[in-house]
Amino acid sequence: MFSIHQGSTLLARAVALSFAAALPTAALAGEIRVMCYQDGVECDVTTEQAKRFEAANPGTKVIVDVVPYKTIVEQLPVQLAAGQGPDIARVTDLGGLAKYYLDISGQVKDRGYWDANFGATQPWLRPSVTDKGIYGFMSQLTMTGPYVNKTLFEQAKVALPGPKATWEDWVDATRKVASATQLPAAMAWDRSGHRFAGPAISYGAKLFDAKGDLVIDSGYKTAISKFVGWHKDGTMLKEVWGGSGGSTYADSVGEFTNGRVAMVLSGSWQLNRLQKDVGTKFDWVAVPNPCGPAACSGIPGGAAWVALKTSKSPKEVGAFMDFIASEASYSEFTARTNNIPAHQGLAKKGLQYPAASAPVRAALGVFGSGVASLATEAFMFQGYKFNRAIMLPTVTRVTQAIVGESSVDDAVAKLNTDMLDALKQAQK
Amino acid sequence: MTPTTQSEGNFATQLLSRVAGFGFNLFEPLFRFAQKKLGVPNLGWLFVGPNLLVFGLFTFLPILINFVYALTGGIQLMPQNRPFTGTENFQILLECKNYFDIASCRKDIFWRSIVNTIKFSGIQVVLMILFSLITALVLNRKIIGRGFWRGVYFYPVLLSPVVVALIWKWLLQSQGVLNAGLLAAGSTPINWLTDAGWAFFWTIFVSIWAHMGFYTLILLAGLQAIPKDMYEAANMDAASPWRTLTRITLPLLMPNLIVVLVLAMIRAVQIFDEVFVLTGGGPGSATTFIVQFIYQTGFAEQIHLYGLAAAASLILATGLVCLTLIQLKLTKADEAGRTVK
Amino acid sequence: MKPDALLSNPTSAPQRALVFVTRTRQGGNTGKLDWTDWASYAYLVVGLFMMFAPILWLLMSSLKTESAINQFPPTFFPYSQKMVTVAGHEKPLAMFLTRVDGVEKPLAQVSRLGIVATMVDPAKPTEEIKVNIRERKPINEMEFAFENFTDVFKKFDFFRYLFNSVFITVVATLLTLLVNSMAAFALSKYQFKGQKAVFGLILATLMIPPTIILVPVFLVINSVGLLNNLWGVILPAIATPTGVFLLRQYMLTIPDEILEAARMDNASEWRIYWKIILPLSAPALAVLAIFSVMWRWNDFLLPLIVLSKSEYFTLQLALNSFQGELNTQWHYLLAMTVITIIPITLVFGFLQKYITTGIASAGVK
Repeated sequence: MFSIHQGSTLLARAVALSFAAALPTAALAGEIRVMCYQDGVECDVTTEQAKRFEAANPGTKVIVDVVPYKTIVEQLPVQLAAGQGPDIARVTDLGGLAKYYLDISGQVKDRGYWDANFGATQPWLRPSVTDKGIYGFMSQLTMTGPYVNKTLFEQAKVALPGPKATWEDWVDATRKVASATQLPAAMAWDRSGHRFAGPAISYGAKLFDAKGDLVIDSGYKTAISKFVGWHKDGTMLKEVWGGSGGSTYADSVGEFTNGRVAMVLSGSWQLNRLQKDVGTKFDWVAVPNPCGPAACSGIPGGAAWVALKTSKSPKEVGAFMDFIASEASYSEFTARTNNIPAHQGLAKKGLQYPAASAPVRAALGVFGSGVASLATEAFMFQGYKFNRAIMLPTVTRVTQAIVGESSVDDAVAKLNTDMLDALKQAQK
Repeated sequence: MTPTTQSEGNFATQLLSRVAGFGFNLFEPLFRFAQKKLGVPNLGWLFVGPNLLVFGLFTFLPILINFVYALTGGIQLMPQNRPFTGTENFQILLECKNYFDIASCRKDIFWRSIVNTIKFSGIQVVLMILFSLITALVLNRKIIGRGFWRGVYFYPVLLSPVVVALIWKWLLQSQGVLNAGLLAAGSTPINWLTDAGWAFFWTIFVSIWAHMGFYTLILLAGLQAIPKDMYEAANMDAASPWRTLTRITLPLLMPNLIVVLVLAMIRAVQIFDEVFVLTGGGPGSATTFIVQFIYQTGFAEQIHLYGLAAAASLILATGLVCLTLIQLKLTKADEAGRTVK
Repeated sequence: MKPDALLSNPTSAPQRALVFVTRTRQGGNTGKLDWTDWASYAYLVVGLFMMFAPILWLLMSSLKTESAINQFPPTFFPYSQKMVTVAGHEKPLAMFLTRVDGVEKPLAQVSRLGIVATMVDPAKPTEEIKVNIRERKPINEMEFAFENFTDVFKKFDFFRYLFNSVFITVVATLLTLLVNSMAAFALSKYQFKGQKAVFGLILATLMIPPTIILVPVFLVINSVGLLNNLWGVILPAIATPTGVFLLRQYMLTIPDEILEAARMDNASEWRIYWKIILPLSAPALAVLAIFSVMWRWNDFLLPLIVLSKSEYFTLQLALNSFQGELNTQWHYLLAMTVITIIPITLVFGFLQKYITTGIASAGVK
């Protein structure tokens, strides 16, 4: 029989066990923590690679923590500022967190390999222009750019504008499509300051003044007034930007896959979703970024694997970074996640995407060749550590102009104050 | 009820009594010692001690740190690394060219969020009380399956605000169920969340949907405590139902109504997660409330303006202190009401 | 109000009085339903629909495939397009209902170029038919995507997260009950200097939205070394103003005479608290326990800032890890959401009666 006494000792044991489980386990020597967020299967691939790395390097343990993106944005910065943190993380605020990155140039096996293959994007991770350290690498390159619903164009018997077409050409064409096929709107752009920067540069925004400080110039203002105007005249689907407040991100691809707009401005990271969600519903293509008077630019982007100063095992961190940056690991990661490689060697060689459908492969080609037509501002902007000072208030203020809470002039003025306020605080 | 008195219970109660006995023996010596040293009334400090310790560490100390943040600038996290800026953060928040025009303020969204919060709290609390009261009155009638119906209205209270908002966002988005229904019924879809008026309506609706069950139960408890003879007497006097309601039910329900009012008010002013997920504060800033403003300024955006956020939170706290005072007054009225009963 | 009326009618049946609240006629207790009853039931049924339709929708959506979730117009049941295997084609083909020369016919699509689709009749796989895509619509069939649920178990260490969530919920609730009832006991049954101030202070914390002190709370938790520790989520949560308030109001109704009698018998104060007050406060404790379970189980913001190593993750954090920067994996997120609301629904289902009557008796009378 199960007696009360046994019951209570069991209970006591259970309690003791639970308490033990709650206590933090001391970090073992040679254990490295990798903080990872994923949009698809990125962390799953990295976890598999980590297992292989462990097998090849007995004594090193790699733990990949799959966290919500919110943890990367909100928790990681405060954790790092408080002197805590993982050994490696996958981050998107490349410049903003640069002061916490660990220079692993002494740990990596072959510096030449890193410089040759990641040299173009290395400056994004460096805390200053003169710095020559290696802090990590871009896990993938992303490119912003438009997707077009080709089937709707065919149904409306409108020809697709050519590669050097302007935003106005596209607006005209998609409006024709929208009225012929009874769409609620012609076009939509992701609700993001990052996406907006592409057309802004095309309209002549320089983003930086002669001293290298951020600036809202007349080109940026033109882009805002065009964009707000397109909302007022019904070209743009109002709910993407108008449907939210603050600087919250909202994507436009959902509207695209449901055939509610003929064109969206989004980016290369949505390819997997398009492949899955559109299926056989219609034909879609990625087209080169439309032109403005100054350029035909999108914005590069992407997440980076970075080594962090909080690490207690820099040697193992260097070794693992070497492993996942190697051509074999990198090409596996890129192929399985359908991304554009930031690895220059692989980009030159061309990659096979066995999991990708024909339109996805075609789109990857379009985005890949778009890297060449990027404006220099676009490249600089992506690596600038306070680029959020312009991107986030842009979303808030432009939305206010779209929903009629303020005029375009007011919105631009407020955006300017917000940006200067943030910069002033950031430089204190 | 008393675990120790039921020594011949089943296994579970015996186990419970052992656990209870263990808990008793764990602290008894300490308290007996303290009782000898301190005397009975002051033993109260030992009883509230753990509570105050936790509050002190995780509520009052953070509030003090917020003062430090509010008076310093920069984007550093650690308070000791932040340069002192005096009242600069408050000045930035409160700066307006023309105090009769929100759009002229430097941080117009801060002001808009205050106006929105006041508007929201006012409307939401009144509707919340109204619907909870109606529901409680209906549930207090002789109806079949009362327990079931009570459960139905209470269930959403159990869901996390994020889940609540996600569900409703789905129903309300332009390609959601509600619009599909409208389309099927032959009318045109409505932009539920991109029209400022509708978005505001839905924030109120969803918050009432999610929390009404809790207040209903508090009111139902009050209704069931009203002596039935009161109604017998009213019946004898042939009072109309309206008269019965206003002369008997509502006055006797007053203490519970006040509790509901106070709790609903506090929650309305603090509204955040549900609305943030549902509308993101939009369109524009139509449903941006004060807590969201603070959260976004200090935490969510990647250039963390802790100082500005802390200053805004202190301004909010000042407003809340006023509410607290009113609340304390009402609690006293509540206790007075109880002695009358 | 009218105590004499109360006294003059000592034998009234409580049951009969229930209908009086909004009754319209004399002697309404005839067993027939009058219009107010109909209105009441109508109100309840509408309420049932309003309260549960959204939850039912969540349940059905969690069983949809990733692409069915984002489809418009949405369907209540999880549909996806019917696929058939046709001889001569390697992959299964999608089925459409097409109109060819005015005749409706189910056909499988082989390929599509622009607005013209090449289709075949599954019965005659060699004969290709060209169809304009406006002349067809997909044939859907019900398909429950149970893999949303099974994948979740495969994708991560589900039971570890479940254990963490349960551990936090149970331990925090037990400590909440202990700490808050002790405070409530002191505030309701003692009179010591500064008592009013303490109560005021505790009530004032009811006013502080946890969100606005998040950063300082992080600093405190970090400096006491509880970062990435389940206790870092438990300890800050165990003192709740609501709990103190609820229990104090309830304990005020316990007559002081009971305490006096116990003191006569030389019972220590701790014995009075533990053996008399706590058992007598059981209904109020039950209510607080339920709320505490609910709060801790659903908590997201505090775990988010305290826990970043996956072995300490709670279910709510794991659920949110399906939200990436640019994409949300809705099918997994919804499935996880359903999984997380199951335990709380079960607890509620079993304790439903106790919960509602508990609030009724404790609920700030």
